Amino acid sequence: MKCHRPRVGPGRPFSSCWRPVPAAWRARAGEMLQEESDLSLLIAQIVQKLKGSNLYAQLERQAWASLQRPEIRLESLKEDIKEFFKISGWEKKLQNAVYSELNVYPLPSHPAAPPEHLKEPLVYMRKAQGSWEKRILKSLNSMCTELSIPLARKRPVGQQKELLNKWNEMGTDEPDLSLFRPVYAPKDFLEVLINLRNPNYENGDSLSFRTHLGLIQVPLKVKDIPELKECFVELGLNIGQLGIDDSTQVPPEFFENEHVRIGQKVLAEQDSAAAQQYIRQGSPTALRAELWALILNISSQPEDLLYYEQLKTNVIQHDLLVDSLIYKDVKLTASNDDYYFVFEDYLYQVLLCFSRDTSVLGHFAYNSASPPKSYIRGKLGLEEYAVFYPPNGVIPFHGFSMYVAPLCFLYHEPYKLYQTFREMYVRFFFRLHSISSHPSGIVSLCLLFETLLQTYLPQLFYHLREIGAQPLRISFKWMVRAFSGYLATDQLLLLWDRILGYNSLEVLAVLAAAVFAFRAVNLMEVTSLAAAEAVLADLSTLKVMPLLQIFLFATVT
Amino acid sequence: MAGKVKWVTDIEKSVLINNFEKRGWVQVTESEDWNFYWMSVQTIRNVFSVETGYRLSDDQIVNHFPNHYELTRKDLMVKNIKRYRKELEKEGSPLAEKDENGKYLYLARGLYLSDFVPVTYMLPADYNLFVEEFRKSPSSTWIMKPCGKAQGKGIFLINKLSQIKKWSRDSKTSSFVSQSTKEAYVISLYINNPLLIGGRKFDLRLYVLVSTYRPLRCYMYKLGFCRFCTVKYTPSTSELDNMFVHLTNVAIQKHGEDYNHIHGGKWTVSNLRLYLESTRGREVTSKLFDEIHWIIVQSLKAVAPVMNNDKHCFECYGYDIIIDDKLKPWLIEVNASPSLTSSTANDRILKYNLINDTLNIAVPNGEIPDCKWNKAPPKEVLGNYEILSQES
Repeated sequence: MKCHRPRVGPGRPFSSCWRPVPAAWRARAGEMLQEESDLSLLIAQIVQKLKGSNLYAQLERQAWASLQRPEIRLESLKEDIKEFFKISGWEKKLQNAVYSELNVYPLPSHPAAPPEHLKEPLVYMRKAQGSWEKRILKSLNSMCTELSIPLARKRPVGQQKELLNKWNEMGTDEPDLSLFRPVYAPKDFLEVLINLRNPNYENGDSLSFRTHLGLIQVPLKVKDIPELKECFVELGLNIGQLGIDDSTQVPPEFFENEHVRIGQKVLAEQDSAAAQQYIRQGSPTALRAELWALILNISSQPEDLLYYEQLKTNVIQHDLLVDSLIYKDVKLTASNDDYYFVFEDYLYQVLLCFSRDTSVLGHFAYNSASPPKSYIRGKLGLEEYAVFYPPNGVIPFHGFSMYVAPLCFLYHEPYKLYQTFREMYVRFFFRLHSISSHPSGIVSLCLLFETLLQTYLPQLFYHLREIGAQPLRISFKWMVRAFSGYLATDQLLLLWDRILGYNSLEVLAVLAAAVFAFRAVNLMEVTSLAAAEAVLADLSTLKVMPLLQIFLFATVT
Repeated sequence: MAGKVKWVTDIEKSVLINNFEKRGWVQVTESEDWNFYWMSVQTIRNVFSVETGYRLSDDQIVNHFPNHYELTRKDLMVKNIKRYRKELEKEGSPLAEKDENGKYLYLARGLYLSDFVPVTYMLPADYNLFVEEFRKSPSSTWIMKPCGKAQGKGIFLINKLSQIKKWSRDSKTSSFVSQSTKEAYVISLYINNPLLIGGRKFDLRLYVLVSTYRPLRCYMYKLGFCRFCTVKYTPSTSELDNMFVHLTNVAIQKHGEDYNHIHGGKWTVSNLRLYLESTRGREVTSKLFDEIHWIIVQSLKAVAPVMNNDKHCFECYGYDIIIDDKLKPWLIEVNASPSLTSSTANDRILKYNLINDTLNIAVPNGEIPDCKWNKAPPKEVLGNYEILSQES
C-alpha cells in the first residue's frame, strides 16, 4: 500500500510545500533514512487511528466473509484477499480513509514531541490561546450567574414532548433571548490577535522597509505571490475554471462539458484524492454534494443516521445554555439572510446536535484550543467531577451558524447536512477562531492578507492606514466566516470548492486582498474608516474566480 | 417631430416615476396630449369602452391590451386554454393526442406533458360537473377563488361539499344573482403536494412582456422570484383555514407573525435553480425550467386568437406558478397589474430594473413612439429579458 505525501497540506509551521533540495550524496542518504523513518512512523500512526474506525471493522468482516469465495486459496491467502479487496472496491475505500487521515492530521514532527506540540508548537501562541479561552469561559460563567440559568439541566418530560413535536420548526419558537448576548464577536477576537507578541522577537524601534505596517505583529512565515502561484497552479490563466469558463458567453464545448464528464468519472471511481485534485478547477453544481462527501470521506451509513438520532435524543432530554446562544445567533444572522432564511430550522437541527457531539473532542488533538472544563455543582476544582462544556467543547460565537448555512443548498437530509458540517468544522473552520501558528490558522491568514496588500498595493495600504482604516479591520470578519453571508451563494460554493481542493484556507486571505485590489480606485478616494466600510459593504455581486485569477496571475509582481 | 415623451400614470409608484424621470420624459395630465400612459386596469376599461372610449393616435402607447382579462381573469383563462386544446385536437394535430386516461400526451417539441392548469370549474355555472368530479376523489382538497379579485382576497380551501352549498345552482338558499360576474368563483383542485424547501411552500412569480399577440412576440424576465410562506407547510385538514400555510401572496404573508422585512420571504429564481441543481441534478432542473417556459408560451398562444391585438398596446404580466414535489410546474394565474410595491430593498431594485427594461423594449430608444414599429426589439435592448417566442 502506497502512501502519498500531499503537495500542500497541514504540516510543520515553516514549510508547507515539500520540495526536493539538491545536496551532497551523503546528506541525501541521511535524508532518505530520515524520510523512511518518518514514513514508518506515519504509517504506524495512521494504522493506529484506523484500527478504531468503523472501516476497520467492515474490512475485517469482509475478509472473513471472503473465505467462502472460490478464488481465495489457503496457500496464497494474503495475496488473494488483497486482490479481492482491490476488485470489490474496498481497497479504494481504505485508500480514501488513509488520504483523509493525511489531510487532517499533521505529520509527526519528532517522536519525542509532547502532545501540546501537535496542537501548537509555539509556546507564546499556546499561552495566548489559553488566556483567550479563560476570558471566554469567564464571560459565559458570568452570563450564567447573572441570568441564574444553569449551564445544563434535564428537561421535564412535558417540555421534552413539546420539543419533539416542534423539532422541524424550532424557528417558530420565540423564547425570550433579549438577555442573552453572544459570548464574543469577531472584533473582540481581532483585538486579541492584534496584541499577540513573540517575546523572543525584537523588532527594534526604528522603522525600515521591513517594518510590517499592519495590525498583526508576529513573525510568521507567509507566502508571497510567486509562492502562491506555485501552490495554486490550477487557478492559472491557461487552465479552465468553473466560475470563469462556464459563463454564458463561453460555449460549453470549450471546457464545461469535458469538465463535467471528468467529474462524473471521478465519482464513479470513488477516489478521494482524484476528487480533491479535480475540484481545484471547481465543481459542477449537480456533482458538488457528492464530490464534497467523497473528499471529506463521508459515506452515509445507517450507523451515521443512528448516531444523529442519538444526538437528537440528547438535545430533547437536556437543555444547555449554549442552546440559547445558538438560537440567538441564528435569529441574528441566518434568519435575516436573503439566501439562507429558508433553512432556519435546519440550522437548529444541526447546531444543537453539534453541541452534544463528543466525537468532536477528537479534533482538539491538533487544535491549539482546548475544550472548556466545567464542574458538577458543588464540586468545583475536583477533577473527578469535571466535564467538558459544552459536550463538544466548542462555544459558538456571533456568526457561527453561518458556517452551516451554505451547506443547506447541498444537502436536505439533516443527518447528511450534519455529517458534512462536522467534518468541515474539524478540518477547516476551527482554525478560523483559534490562535495558532498554522499556515491556515486565522493569525497566518491575517498576516498573509496584510503582507499581500502591503507588498503589492503599497499606495492603497498606506492611504488606508493614514485615514485610520486599517484594512484588516474590514476584512477580518470576511475571513473568520470564510466569506459566508458576504458572497452570493454560488460564488461562495466555488470558493469553498478550492478550500477543499487545496486543503488550505489561504485562499480566503488571497480573495480578501483581491477584493481590495478590485475596489482600489474607490478606496483611494475615501477619507474615513466608515467610508471605506461603505465601499466594501456589499460583496454580493463579486465573482470570486476572476478576482483570484487576476490577483495571482495577472498582477505585475 | 423630435421632442420629449409625455407621460401619464394613475399608479403612483416610485419605480415607475423614477424611470420616466431618468429618461427625461415630461409628465402631463390625462386630458393633455400624451405619448405614454401607464394605466391601471380600471382606466384601460374606460379607454377602450364603447361609450367613453377614444381613438388613440399613432404616437400613443398604453400598457394594457383592451381585453387582457381573457388571460388575466381566472375563469376566462381556463376557458381559453380548454378551447385551445380542443382546437388542436380537432385539427387532428398529433400534438393533441391523448393517452388512455384522456390526458393530453404532447403539446409541442415532443415534451410529455399533461394539463398544466389544475382541474378547474366555474361556479355556479359548472356546479354539477364539479360535484361529479369531487365525488370521484372525495378526500381531495379544492381551492375557491373569486374571479375578479387579487392579492389573495376571498380565497379559501374546502374539503367538503357542504362548505360550498351556496354556489349550488339549484340551491334555494342561494341569495345572489347566479349570473352576476362579480360573485363568480372558480374552484380548482388544490395542489396539496407542493415542492417544499426548508419545509415551506412557495410559488414563483415570473414577469412576461408581450409586445404583440399576432405574431406572438413575448419575453420573459430572467429575474423572477419565489415567495415563501412564513409557516411550515402541512396538508393536515386542521390547518386548511390557516392562510399563512397555504397562500403565498405577499399581501397575506406580510401580516404573519414571522414575516421578515429584510428578505421579505423572497428568493431569486437563480437561488432556486442553484438549490434544485445541487440537490436534484441538472437534467431534471433544466427540464423543469423548459416546461415553465413552454407553459407560458402555450397560455399566450391560447388567448392570442381572441385578443384585441391593438397596435398601441403592450403588456407586462405577472405569472404565478407552483411546482409540485414531482417537479411539475402548474400555472395558477396571470396578473395584468403585477404589484409594483417594494417590500424590501432588493425588491425595489428588481422592480425598478424590470420597468427600465420593459420601457426600453416598449418605447424604442426612449423616443416619441410610433405604434407602427415592428415590435421586434433588437437583442441589445433586451436587458434582463430573454426571448420566449418571437414569431415573424
